[in-house]
Amino acid sequence: MGFGTTAVSSRAASLLAAAGDRTLTGLVEFGRFWRFAIQTHWWIARTILTRRTWKLVIPECMDVGVMSLPVILVTGGFVGMVLAVQAIEQFRAVGLEEQMGGVVNLSVVRELGPVLAGVMIAGRIGGALTAELGTMNVTEQIDALRSMGTDPIRYLVVPRFLACFLLTPVLTLYCDVMGSVGGWLVTVVLSGVDSGPYWEYTRDAVGVYDVFSGTVKSFAFGGAIALISCYKGFHCRAGAEGVGRACTEAFVASFVAILVMDFFLALLLQTIGNWIWGFRPLL
Amino acid sequence: MGLSAAAVTAPNRSKPDSLGRGAGPAPPGGDTLIELRDISKRFGTLQVLNGLTLSLEGGKTTVVIGESGTGKSVLLKHIMVLLRPDSGAVYFRGTRIDHLSEAELSPFRQRFGFLFQMSALFDSLTVGENIAFPLREHTRKSSAEIDAIVADKLRMVGLDGLQPKRPAQLSGGQRKRVALARAIALDPEVVLYDEPTTGLDPVRADVINELIRKLQRELGVTSIVVTHDMTSAYKVGDRIVMLDRGRIIADGPPDYYRTTDDERVRRFVDGRASPDDLAALDD
Repeated sequence: MGFGTTAVSSRAASLLAAAGDRTLTGLVEFGRFWRFAIQTHWWIARTILTRRTWKLVIPECMDVGVMSLPVILVTGGFVGMVLAVQAIEQFRAVGLEEQMGGVVNLSVVRELGPVLAGVMIAGRIGGALTAELGTMNVTEQIDALRSMGTDPIRYLVVPRFLACFLLTPVLTLYCDVMGSVGGWLVTVVLSGVDSGPYWEYTRDAVGVYDVFSGTVKSFAFGGAIALISCYKGFHCRAGAEGVGRACTEAFVASFVAILVMDFFLALLLQTIGNWIWGFRPLL
Repeated sequence: MGLSAAAVTAPNRSKPDSLGRGAGPAPPGGDTLIELRDISKRFGTLQVLNGLTLSLEGGKTTVVIGESGTGKSVLLKHIMVLLRPDSGAVYFRGTRIDHLSEAELSPFRQRFGFLFQMSALFDSLTVGENIAFPLREHTRKSSAEIDAIVADKLRMVGLDGLQPKRPAQLSGGQRKRVALARAIALDPEVVLYDEPTTGLDPVRADVINELIRKLQRELGVTSIVVTHDMTSAYKVGDRIVMLDRGRIIADGPPDYYRTTDDERVRRFVDGRASPDDLAALDD
């Protein structure tokens, strides 16, 4: 009996110790990430007005913005189409199919556009950033920068952060437009609803503040994707496995960050919107 | 004749002994350019450097030898504070540098050149851009002046004309020579070499050895070479320091290593496995 009790308490102690270790490791990682984020912002504040910084940002913009555009357009188009396919039968059943434009476009502009564009950018750009910086890390290229007196955060992270931060909202707007067109295709071309009411209800339902809300969110998503991806690249373990694992972790962390930030920003922005304009019924 | 770690790292030893061993932790000054004082470094549970003290004279080539995993590369990275010691201090020209911020370290690091084990050339830049990198970052020279310096450094390593090539298009030996040209682009006072001949055939290795000697002759730089290649150590070294388990176990001119009876040193120099190493194969 005594032996059994001792064994159970010893097992409980080791479980507690393991949980403590994991918590401590998590806290250390969290602290390191925020230090990295603060250093990035400190360098941005110091160098954002210099020509040298923008000479590094522009090539990144090509990668983040121009090269991501096709996949963002396809994402936006299909999101709008799928939304319309799911909603049209229900709306037709209650005779409200002409109001489809308002529902589809409000959903795309406020939520689905920013979130799905963010997820696509996390996959396409975030993964590439982590792989590139991770490879630089394991081949000592980041140490080489430091050895030449160049801060790797200024040289590598700041341009990538600025490109993601500034271009994610632009890509999101493209995604919104394609979502709207996708919804229109299914509602008007495939389901035979009149085009005029589709756009009229869109104009009534989607206000400037909705576009503003989506854009604010996408600034936050772009910044978070860049910081998380660069951080994971800078701190990945050696070898191909280390880089691969860092890429996976960067995508998962970016995805979770997008969803969590979306929730809190939605709450905040909706509260601000209701406070300024009051509740606006959709139907 | 063997040197105990305690004898070599004993504090306050102020005069070189009959083997020409460098002075211990005397106050920085005189001919001492770099001093590592009582450095310890641990990674997780692995103690890599263990109270190591080493003074390095200006204008000489010091070679650090030892088996893999004895802390040679870690020692080299401490000299430039690419790694920070858990305890102990690093001095450069009498100024303590190990506790400086990254920004404060930048001017010191510009006085060093570092040849990394894997060359650490930036994949995304051409050979010419790699060598020009520290010049563009830290000087206000015109493009024409920078191009001339790049050509001059490439000529020095025997590779003029390779400016437009990418690092991926070069052989291992060429990459090392380009990395060396980049390391000396700012005309540093000290050049650190991390395994400069590893992975090269004997002929290419000899080219690198000759280059190290040539740079010391022509530029008067202080060189610190980490290697486990005794041919290279004998050829380039004015002084050879041997590490074992994070401590200095031997320190003297090349002739000392040719004649010593110390069993640990002899085994390494002659490339003989210890009975313990061989016993492990039978387990």
